[in-house]
Order: sequence, then structure tokens, then C-alpha cells
Amino acid sequence: MKELYRELATIVGPEYVSDQAEERYIYSMDPGTMPPAAPDLVVMPNSTEEVRRIMQAANRHRIPVVPLGAGLVLSGLSRALHGGIILDMKRMNRILEINEMSRYALVEAGASQGMLQAHLKKHHPGLKHSAPDAPPVATIAGNVSIHGSGHISHAHGFHSDMLNGLEVVLPTGEVVRIGSCATSDYWFARAPLPDLAGLFLGWAGTTGIITKLAIKLYPNHRFNDVGVFVSEDPELVPDILHRMTGTQMAEDITAWMTPKPDWARGFLHCNINYGANTKDELIWKRNLIRASVKDYIDRKIAGFMPLPSAMKAPFLDVPGRILTRFADVRKGGGFEYVGAIMPVELFPTAYHRGLEIAEQAAVSYSLGARVIGINHCMMFFYAYAFNRADDADVRRAQQALEETNRAVVDMGGIPWKAELPAQKEILRKMDPNMVALMTRIRAVLDPNGIMNPGNWEVD
Amino acid sequence: MYALKYDPQICAQCETCDCLMHCQYMDFELAEAKAEREKILTGQASKVLNDCVTCYACEEYCPADNHPFYQIVERQEEQGVLPVPTPITKQQLRMMQAQGTITPAAVNAPVINMCFFPMLTGCVRGPLYENASVIVGSDIFCNIMWLHFGKNSVIRERLPRMIDNIWNFYLKDSGVDELVCFHDECYGTYTRLAPAFGMKVPFRPVHLFEYLSARLDQLKNQIKPIGAKVAYQRPCSNRLVPETQHWVDDIFQKIGVERVERRYDRENALCCGQVFRAQQRDELADDIQQRNLDDMQQAGAAYCVFNCPACLFTLADAVAERGIFPILMSDLCQSALK
Repeated sequence: MKELYRELATIVGPEYVSDQAEERYIYSMDPGTMPPAAPDLVVMPNSTEEVRRIMQAANRHRIPVVPLGAGLVLSGLSRALHGGIILDMKRMNRILEINEMSRYALVEAGASQGMLQAHLKKHHPGLKHSAPDAPPVATIAGNVSIHGSGHISHAHGFHSDMLNGLEVVLPTGEVVRIGSCATSDYWFARAPLPDLAGLFLGWAGTTGIITKLAIKLYPNHRFNDVGVFVSEDPELVPDILHRMTGTQMAEDITAWMTPKPDWARGFLHCNINYGANTKDELIWKRNLIRASVKDYIDRKIAGFMPLPSAMKAPFLDVPGRILTRFADVRKGGGFEYVGAIMPVELFPTAYHRGLEIAEQAAVSYSLGARVIGINHCMMFFYAYAFNRADDADVRRAQQALEETNRAVVDMGGIPWKAELPAQKEILRKMDPNMVALMTRIRAVLDPNGIMNPGNWEVD
Repeated sequence: MYALKYDPQICAQCETCDCLMHCQYMDFELAEAKAEREKILTGQASKVLNDCVTCYACEEYCPADNHPFYQIVERQEEQGVLPVPTPITKQQLRMMQAQGTITPAAVNAPVINMCFFPMLTGCVRGPLYENASVIVGSDIFCNIMWLHFGKNSVIRERLPRMIDNIWNFYLKDSGVDELVCFHDECYGTYTRLAPAFGMKVPFRPVHLFEYLSARLDQLKNQIKPIGAKVAYQRPCSNRLVPETQHWVDDIFQKIGVERVERRYDRENALCCGQVFRAQQRDELADDIQQRNLDDMQQAGAAYCVFNCPACLFTLADAVAERGIFPILMSDLCQSALK
């Protein structure tokens, strides 16, 4: 390890590599419930060339490498389960290109959501990207690579659907470009070439290191509004979402169900965010959305909350801050959730099961869902806050998370950015031939098994 | 318990049906209005119960002070004609319920009742409110809003406790028998609504405008006339107490502003629209807001003056977008003081 340390110091400079206990401690965990796993070394490259040389060295020494963005995945995917190197990408945070005409942004893998958002606001106010409801330091590459979603995912799908192309350093050190950028100077699309991006999406960093990526940008509307549609019967929600999404007027549709504040307990809220270039267009969209659920309104069994503009403001924030506040409800800095990708028709089952689990485990919870696409699926989240300094509280949250993961898989959903126990649940149910194919692909790409080992592995 | 003081004979014998004929949101020929009135009197289904936007105005239009609006709300509740979707009503019931956190406190006159608007207590400041005590919170919420939700039962259930709280936790032991109501809703509640339901109010409600007018007289030497044109957004609850309207003109005169002549003012005032949105009538809300703001703008108003916090929260942004400054009456008076 000493020799590798010296090599890494030569590559990135001594100030950007560390084997010190305090740094190994900090990099051993994320804010979730997974137990710490410390790396032997932490290294912060500044260029693709440095990443390439680091991977060559690690591969030669057969030392595990775990790529890390902002470290906010919450499910422990960027812990060094087998020791080795944490490759912290934060120095590679440049915004390399904004293409106004073709509406895409080319960024380095350490660029954060907040940096791009601020850059666009300042230099390209007519454009925006889809930001997740995560702290602004969350990286774009991290969220794309885990199939994240964000505030325009109803209109445009998963963040991985918004990916135009990648630059990746393979475990063996080769630098590969994927998408139009493989044959062109423009990063405009993944089509029409064979789409190899899937080799690096949803793999939890087990196939390579993303160093650059291009994502689609979208018109940043001048006028924005939100409606909050409230009902009491979870059985109605799939149809409500189906009707609203069918209008294709909104950019983001999210549901939220929370026991606090007291006025919200037991009600199912659907936030419908939409934007327009003129006020008339905004009202036209609002009316179409409203017309889609008129039947429920006329029967008085659901309706839109009457919200003055000041009360709408928190629902228009990007990223949303409401869940962030919930994350600290127990104090002590512990927060994790199961994000279950599942069909929308499972909403009532998912909701009832979530309540049962939370009550059984006596944890602080918040439930919700983000519609992905035109009701094509949803990310149903079961969020549990806990006090990291309280072992019993952590155990309760762990128990709730594990129970939730099992329930999600059993009901037909798939835990998103699954932590190790959830990966096991998924693999338990996964087509064995897909498991075998994944194993073969990894063996080809990573013959020495150095990429984030411990994840997506069959016992 | 708390039966509504409503005399059906008065309505039955009324030849003019002003309550319906003057309505700004429903159009009737007299014969049709009488037919609908008959349905309401006899407890039958009436389109009035469905179409009423709950603007309170018929309380002002009724020459006999017979509480036609309260009776409409009574019938809405009896017949299950809900102006607002059930989940929204249930949520509001929870949001606005008394938290039971009130504790006894000594107060001194003037006692300013800020109802359940804690975000506005900062308005009570400076010479206008010298030595004033402020009371605020869910435990003294006037609960008149349930008229918009077809829920007289909630008023019957909650309002007596609120009156009792104000008296027993604040006023009685402090030897204060007057309560300055910052909001028309509270003043209307304690002077008209509570008595209409036979509820006794042991203190004397004072309208904010009466208080401000008197204070402006006392502070006359400190007034620097504002010299601007203003539009006044009359709130729905002022329909219960139209006799207080003259204070608006008195105050405007004292602080040197001109109340613009416009179509939608005084008896012809339009609702702010927020209640219509609760009733899921967005297009109606859009329409009346546009007409109202067009009217203010065309009249050349530089300020839009509110007394109702709900009207302010609803219209402030839209007013400001028109280049008109939204302001509470209290703050407008503050700005006139040197």
C-alpha cells in the first residue's frame, strides 16, 4: 500500500492523496444506516489522465477502487467494503460546455447539481437541467449513474434517460467515449450508435469511472406554478396520477404523505408542478390539469388546496427543501430512504405497507412518490429519519429499511440505489441469466475485480 | 343550542329578495329568486346552495338584517351541499383547530386581537399602538371562516370557547373590557355572528379602523399627508359590519390619501378570490381578480389598501405586478407618521 501511495502522490500530487486516519474515517460512511467501511487511501484526481493512471496503478496492484461523488447516496454504495482506494471526484468539477442550440451541458463527473444550476442561471437563464431533491452538492454524474430522477422527470424520465454521452475510464485504464461524442465533437445524443451507456448506469460503480458526461437541458420557463391535489383514499391515487400525467402539461408530479404536521396526517397530496412562457399559457395548462380530475372535484372527494403564492413557494423550490427538513427531524444527522421503482398501480399497496412498517418499527417516517414519465413508473420513497448518535434509533431505522426492501421486492417493485441487503433481495428474485450476464460483463471489463467489490455480487 | 336567530316569516314576506337580486355572482329574475327562496325556506334543494360563492354580501343586502347568508350556510350543511371538497375542509379543520396552549397573561389596554395571524404581530408597533398588548393564536381564532365551508356546526362548537378564552385568559383579570379587532372577521364575529347564534360576548369589540381613526386624531401633529391615490380592497367579512365603512374614508382623509372612484368598491366590492379557489372555481377567481385589478389600475391607484390578511396574501403579488403597492391599512397609517 505504501508503494501505491507513493505512485498516487506522483500522479495527483501529495496534497491530494491521504492515508490518514481522520480522512479514512470521514470517507468510511455516508449519512445512511450502513456500517462504516474505511478505505486504505483517499485520492482526488484533477483530470481524466490522472484517473487513467490511477486505475492502471490500482489494477496493477489489484487494489479495490470505489468512485465517489458527493457521498450522498445514503445507501452506502461508496463505502470501501474491501478497503482500497476511494476515488473522490470533487476536483473534477468543471462545466466544460453549454450548447444552447442543442440544449445540452457537458460537465466533469465531480460537477455538482448546484454548480450547474447556478451556472445556467447566470449565463444561460433560458435553460435548466433536471435537479434531484438532494442537497446542491450532490453530483450530476452520481445521480445519473444511479438512475436518479428529479424535478422534470414526469416530462422527461429518469436522469439516465437525459444522458447524451459519457467518457469513462475502464478498470484496466482505457479511456472510452460513449454516444455521439465517440465519433463527433458534439455530445448531442446516444443514438444512433450501439448504446453502451448501460454498462455504467445502475451498476453502483462496479464497471468503471465516469469522468465526463453530457446531459440534456430544457427550457427554463419564466412562469411556474404548482397545484396540490388532496385526497383521502390511496386507491384513487393511481387513477388521479394517470389522468394528470395524461395531459402532459406538468413537468413534475410528486405525491407526499406524512404524519406531521398534524393537518397532513392521513391525506394524500399530489404536487403538480408546471411552467410556461406566458401567464395565459400557465393558466391554460392549469385548466387542463384541473379538467383531468374534474370528476373527483365534482364528487367533492378530492380537490386542490387553496394556496396563496407565499405558501406555494416551498413547493416550487428546486431542489425541494421540505424533505431535507424532515431528514433532520430526529436530530443527530441520520437519514435514509428506500426509493422503490415500481409501477404506479402499486401505489395503494406501497402506501399501506409503508405505514405498517413504520408503525411496527416505531420510526419517524415520510412517504412519497415521484412519477417518472407519463405514469410509466414511479419512485415511491419510504424515508426514515434517525439519530445517528442513538444506536437503538439507528437499529429501528435499519430494521424498517430492510423490511421495506423485502416488501418492495415482494410486491413487484425494485429498490433503487440498493444498499447491500437490498441488492441481495433483488438478486434473490432476479432472472438467473441476467445475474450470469452481469457477472460475465464485469469479468470482461474488470478482470481483477477491483471496481467497488462487494456490490452486485452473488454470495 | 346556539340556534340561529333567523325569522323565516321575514323572508317569506319579503317582496324584494335583495339577498339574491343583488348577488354579484348569481343572476336572477325576481320570480326565480322568490322560487329559490321558497326552496330554501322549505328545506328543498336549491341552486343557491350549490352556486353560492359564500361572499357574505347578502348579509349586507338584507334590509331586515335577517341573516340570509347564515341561513344559506345552515341549509348547505343540513343538505350536505359542501362548497369545498371534503379533504380540503377536513384539512382546514385540523389546521385551524385550537392547540390548547393558551396560558393566562396580564394585558393592558389597548388590547389588539391578531386572531390566528402570528405573522402579522409586527404590525403592532410605534406610536400608533403605544402601550398596546397583543393577543394571538389558535386558541383565540374567531372561526368565522367556516361560513365559507358550509360548517355552522364548527362555529357553534368552537366559537364559544374562543370567546371564553379571550375573556378568561386575558381580559377579565386584567380589568380590560375592550378588544381591538385587527381584522374585520373578528369584529364581525363578535358583533354580529356570535349574537346571531345567541352567543354572549362579554367584552366590547372595537374595530381597528375606529381605533386607528382615534389614534390619528391624537397624533395629528405627527401626520405627514401621503398624497397618493389608493384603492381599497373591502373584505367579505366587512359585509357583516357595513356601518364601519365610514372609518375607511375618515382615515384616508386624515392621512391625506385619495380613495379612487372605481366600479368594484363599497357595496359593489369584489371578493379577493381565495375562497373561490378553495371551492375549486379557479376560472371565476381569475375573472374577478382580473376585473378587480383592472379597475384599480384604470382608476390610477398607487396603493391597494387591505385590512384582511387573507386578501393581502391572495392579491399582493398580482397587485404588485400591476405596479400598485399592496399595503395593510395599519401600515399605511404608520407610513403617514413622521
